[in-house]
Amino acid sequence: MGPTGTLQVVRRVITAPTVGPFIALVVTMAFFSLKTDRFFHAENFSLVLQQVMIVGVLAIGQTLVILTAGIDLSVGTVMALGQVIMTKLAVANGVPALPALLLGILVCVGFGVLHGGLVTGVRLPPFIITLGTLNIAFALTHIISNDLTFTGLPKLELFWGRTFNISGTDFTYGVVLMLVLYALAWYGLNQTAWGRHVYATGDNREAARLTGINTDRVLLSVYTLAGLSYGIAAWLLIGRTQVGDPNAGQTTENLDSITAVVLGGTSLFGGRGTIIGTLIGALIVGVFRNGLTLIGVSVIYQYLVTGVLVILAVSVDQFLHRRSG
Amino acid sequence: MSAPEPILEARGLVKKYGQVVALNGADFELYPGEILAIIGDNGAGKSTLIKALSGALQPDEGEISLGGERIHFRSPRDAQRAGIETVYQDLAVAPALDIASNVFLGRETRRRGPLGSLLRLLDKRGMRREARRQFEELGIGVQSIGEAVGNLSGGQRQGVAVARAAAWARRLVIMDEPTAALGVKETGQVLDLIRRVRERGLPVILISHDMPHVFELADRIHIMRLGRRVAVVTPKTHTMPEAVAIMTGATPSELDNALTKERSAE
Repeated sequence: MGPTGTLQVVRRVITAPTVGPFIALVVTMAFFSLKTDRFFHAENFSLVLQQVMIVGVLAIGQTLVILTAGIDLSVGTVMALGQVIMTKLAVANGVPALPALLLGILVCVGFGVLHGGLVTGVRLPPFIITLGTLNIAFALTHIISNDLTFTGLPKLELFWGRTFNISGTDFTYGVVLMLVLYALAWYGLNQTAWGRHVYATGDNREAARLTGINTDRVLLSVYTLAGLSYGIAAWLLIGRTQVGDPNAGQTTENLDSITAVVLGGTSLFGGRGTIIGTLIGALIVGVFRNGLTLIGVSVIYQYLVTGVLVILAVSVDQFLHRRSG
Repeated sequence: MSAPEPILEARGLVKKYGQVVALNGADFELYPGEILAIIGDNGAGKSTLIKALSGALQPDEGEISLGGERIHFRSPRDAQRAGIETVYQDLAVAPALDIASNVFLGRETRRRGPLGSLLRLLDKRGMRREARRQFEELGIGVQSIGEAVGNLSGGQRQGVAVARAAAWARRLVIMDEPTAALGVKETGQVLDLIRRVRERGLPVILISHDMPHVFELADRIHIMRLGRRVAVVTPKTHTMPEAVAIMTGATPSELDNALTKERSAE
């Protein structure tokens, strides 16, 4: 029955969910390497990683949400709010760095709990909920910051922007943290019962409920953890920009996090996808932005390309979904 | 059958959805070791009855007892804890997960020691071994227990769902149209599987539209019409056309006769 052993191994490798995104990443990198000789350098890769770390961490939360067939449009503005709270408390209110950071993270987690509560309790579509909180977080960011930029930040808040040296190339601690968070997310999704329940809930909420899974608790945990990832991303953002900026995180981050997830092969219909795919997807987005900048394409065209990219990726997802029924 | 105690019994179940009466005083008995088929036209109340018995919904009136004890299921989880497993016609499995994960979905076992209690690490090997044993016992052939269920054929998927139910059911298994989405050959495999579940001593409630299958498998046939049980027949005492006639109301059942008498007496 079916193909022979070797063929099966080949089939499994080709159909492994991260292979497609990986090939796309390699092709993208090859393209920019040919276009400009400034691309293929260790320092440039270090720069790409630094640029990717914010979107990369946001995309972890986004992946969890999308795996449950939801979507979170508020990631960027919730992160911006967390960042403004962290920096304002420390600079303007004289709160020590650690409680200021924890409070900022707590607010982001609070948004996650709110999303989860509305999704499970009131059964509203995540799209509408997070479109609402996108605006709420945006407004709160500007109200709380009074549109001021906060500088002169305590060391602890800037920690993730600090660098260490590996054979002549500087890497930030933030990049290490991002990789650690990916490892944790991988562990949770692949090695624990919770991960299976996330997949099952996203695949078919009613079926999961009928098999005895507490789907409301799963969804609440997913949105709460997503909120936590936005809070951590806020801290990373401070490390990257070295200031508390009310205008940060409000343009590209939302779409980029979704693009990373979708390019990474996670289905918007829920229940299918991998966290490693998302990391590759985030790298694709980072390489694209970096490469386009290097070959002199203006920022506005980068928006255009990202927009096209995400629609293409979603089209592929839709096509695969229809084929597999 | 020498009149043993029913393992699952329901009396006078009523369920209303606004103006619509889905169950109108339905009775039900399931005896140990039997396959009981439930037949009825669309809207006769089959699904509602099954949902009430499996905890997916709560009846407005009436009582259900399991092994002689009154029970109130508030969720499918309650029914599962009481030893009742249900196989649904289509939404049985999570396609992205492998076979073993599906069999253990919602009941995952963790590693022994701190790996399991602190790190919550799954005992993947143990679950695979157990799932494989379960499949061998039921005679279900699959290439690999680690295969994603989404890559299986419809019959194999339903096999996974049946194996899952058989693995966990301590009292009985409910199957709601388990062959509705399957081809001829696959249907045969699932029917064999249902027999094997009964051979293990688990009684089975089988909801089906397919009369030949019902007559081939069932020990007794519970016929629903207009939200009630109108008759219980057996393949030995009734033919297929007779059963269909009762189901559609073409042949008045005992209940119909009784109702007519009531009315003429008024």
